[in-house]
Amino acid sequence: MNKLTKPVFLTAGYNTVFLGSGRREFHPKKPRPGIDYYIIEAGKGAIARINNRADLIDEGVVSNFMAARFNRQGNLAAFIPSIDPSLLYKPCSRIEGACGSGGLGVYTAIKSVLSGISDVVLTVGVEVQNSVKAVYGADFLAGAGYYEGERKEGHAHFFPDKFSQRAGACYRKYGQEKIRTAMAHWYEQAIQNARKNPKAQEYHNSTDDLFASGMTPPNPKYFVEHLNVFDCSKVTDGGSALIVASEDGLKKLNIDRRDAIELVSLGIAVDDIKQPPKDLTRLTTTQKAVEKAYESAGLKPSDIGVMEIHDCFTITALLALEAACIVEEGEAADFISEKKTAIGGQIPVNASGGLIGFGHPTGGTGVRQAVDLWQQLTGRAEEYQVPLTSGRPYGMMINMGGDDKTVATFIFKPAIA
Amino acid sequence: MTLNERLCNVGVIGAAGKMGSGIALLMGQEMTMQRLSPEHKNDTCELHLIDTDAARLEGLLQYLRTQAVKHAERNIGMLRKAYQDHQELVENHEFINQFVNDFFLNIRISTDMSQLKNSRMIFEAVLEDADLKISLLKKVKKICSDDAFFLTNTSSIPIGFLDKQAGLGGRIIGYHFYNPPAVQKLVEVISPVGLNPELHELGLELGKRLRKTLIPSNDVAGFIGNGHFMRDGLYALDQVEKLQKEYGFVEGVYILNRISQDFLIRPMGIFQLIDYVGIDVFQCILRTMNPHFPKEKLHSKVVDELVEQKVLGGQNPEGSQKDGFLKYEKNRPSGVYDPDKSGYRLFEEGDWKQKTEEKTGNPPLGFVPWRALLSDPQKEEKLAQYFRNLKSDGTPGAVLARDYLRNSKEIAGNLVKSGVARSEDDVNGVLLNGFYHLYGPINQYI
Repeated sequence: MNKLTKPVFLTAGYNTVFLGSGRREFHPKKPRPGIDYYIIEAGKGAIARINNRADLIDEGVVSNFMAARFNRQGNLAAFIPSIDPSLLYKPCSRIEGACGSGGLGVYTAIKSVLSGISDVVLTVGVEVQNSVKAVYGADFLAGAGYYEGERKEGHAHFFPDKFSQRAGACYRKYGQEKIRTAMAHWYEQAIQNARKNPKAQEYHNSTDDLFASGMTPPNPKYFVEHLNVFDCSKVTDGGSALIVASEDGLKKLNIDRRDAIELVSLGIAVDDIKQPPKDLTRLTTTQKAVEKAYESAGLKPSDIGVMEIHDCFTITALLALEAACIVEEGEAADFISEKKTAIGGQIPVNASGGLIGFGHPTGGTGVRQAVDLWQQLTGRAEEYQVPLTSGRPYGMMINMGGDDKTVATFIFKPAIA
Repeated sequence: MTLNERLCNVGVIGAAGKMGSGIALLMGQEMTMQRLSPEHKNDTCELHLIDTDAARLEGLLQYLRTQAVKHAERNIGMLRKAYQDHQELVENHEFINQFVNDFFLNIRISTDMSQLKNSRMIFEAVLEDADLKISLLKKVKKICSDDAFFLTNTSSIPIGFLDKQAGLGGRIIGYHFYNPPAVQKLVEVISPVGLNPELHELGLELGKRLRKTLIPSNDVAGFIGNGHFMRDGLYALDQVEKLQKEYGFVEGVYILNRISQDFLIRPMGIFQLIDYVGIDVFQCILRTMNPHFPKEKLHSKVVDELVEQKVLGGQNPEGSQKDGFLKYEKNRPSGVYDPDKSGYRLFEEGDWKQKTEEKTGNPPLGFVPWRALLSDPQKEEKLAQYFRNLKSDGTPGAVLARDYLRNSKEIAGNLVKSGVARSEDDVNGVLLNGFYHLYGPINQYI
């Protein structure tokens, strides 16, 4: 990948409350906000942070995976003007890459800025999934796999089963107890972090013994072979938004660089959706994307001070840490169990709760991850702020679509560093 | 004739009632699954649902549709396997719809009992009224062939009596589901003297197929479940009478309900449970049992009065709780019936509730509500500690609770001694599985 031709900044991040089971205000049988609400709230939240100068936005991008099925709604780009009247008739696009949609949306906004077409791009990520029961949503989410080739023979809980198979392969390779324990520790960490984040789906979680919940034996009769429900990110409604801007864009918006983060590098990699994973114990596409980002930045894993990884399942967290070369293959389990990914640990990961704790509005997650890194690198994360050192000022995010098929990785740093 | 063969044509009498509809659902599910197996896919199955009330039968269909969908959703993994040869089915909702369609292919509703002529397995789930049951069984006996088996959802009337009066010659077994049948795991099985051994085997096999916990009870009026529940309820009513002088009736009911729920860590208080079952049903079961136990007085004046005043409890058609001893707001108790005023005294009315609680005291240290303990892996230790504390607590509430616990244990012990239950484990099993108690009445806590 070519070097970045000019600086690109992210600022004005905003996350809505991530709604779903676990939040006190959530009731499956009561009316809830629709997808337009989340687009508008997230968009307005970001615009408020640029002093309400929506008129200075050149372009809009909305990331979403499956509104056509969850909400029977297409043409999402046309919701951007409903955020603010001054966005009317501006160029807008909708980006889709399954659960990697958000990362691709940020990538699209960055490309627009790099190309010079736009100086200020509003980037929104959104998904509203509680419109159907999980058993039906599983079919919609299965669209992130090779539908024609895999759905018929696939499991009722299609993606949990995909990652259950990965967990099973890891059990066989590294030992079940070690992996299972680390998965439970990951769950425990995710919820502990989410309890510090008022917008997280698991913010109200008050379970005493989270580790014991994480160790709940799987029930293959009603779910999948190697995962329990605590190993899975939940069904979430939520939206996130931020501004991607050029240096000129930041000036136009009158945003101080201390309130922005700068893109250091990116790595985008896409695998053939029709092919099964080459090795169930590795996220090979994630690794490719991460390698591109490191290489382009001239950085090594030990330079990273904070991370946002795509823990759609606890096992994925283990594999993502290894794919990102934070640890060697097979070492992620101990690394997690030794609390080295906790806030204050060797490298804090998913401090706001991640997909398991914060929630996983599939197509919006990548934007949420970028917003969280913006908060961390600009010191706005409040209760879940990680201690950053000047020697390791970098934040990395990995956003993944499908079973390691569409991956977007970014490395950011504070814009003043 | 095998169970599978009998499952090709099943009848449920009283199908639109609370218990009948649940049994209909269970059998509908089982028959549909049987037809999905390769060896039965060409069978024609019929599930005849008979009730006197045509309008309620329409409601039954709606209930069955909703529940069949829920069942399919819960068992989607199994359904995807069962229908794997159906290439046209890809998404979960398609499998679910297919199951529901297949479920309804078997269903036949009618008010006409002659529809049961080819049924070989007939569930009877009408009101707990011996005359009604006998008359219906006699009628069906004439309609069906001589090899038809009858499974009666009878909770108190001796099955041998029904057999003899209806002239069924050992073709009837007591198959007492707990409410709601589709959810509750327990089935009390009552095998009367002279029972056809094939029917006994069929009952056991069916229970296994339905994934039920079968507990045998001897054929003595009330069996184990009502044998304990009726006496437990009457004890509470006796205690109310004793407390009435000091506290008043309303306060007495409130105290005993609280003692039996909170102090004894049960899922609901005794009066809430009587309301759930229905005060009229409670009365009816007492009337059935009373003649069989000349040394006891299985009767309550208060219950008779409430029934007289049409204070009946039970459930509304959509499942919500009707007012009985207690008044309910969103299915939670919110007041107590005062027979003198023919109305309810609400919890929030004045400070009577607070004063009563102050006088009787709170559950002792270590108290954890029933729901919180239900799935607690340290349930046993926590219960043991709590009851140790209860033992040494001196509040009036704790004294009442200990007496209640002692009485419950005595009732249970007598069920074993008098030969109703075959073992202490069976009595505990019924209370644990049918009444969702966390511990059996025969325990070391008292």
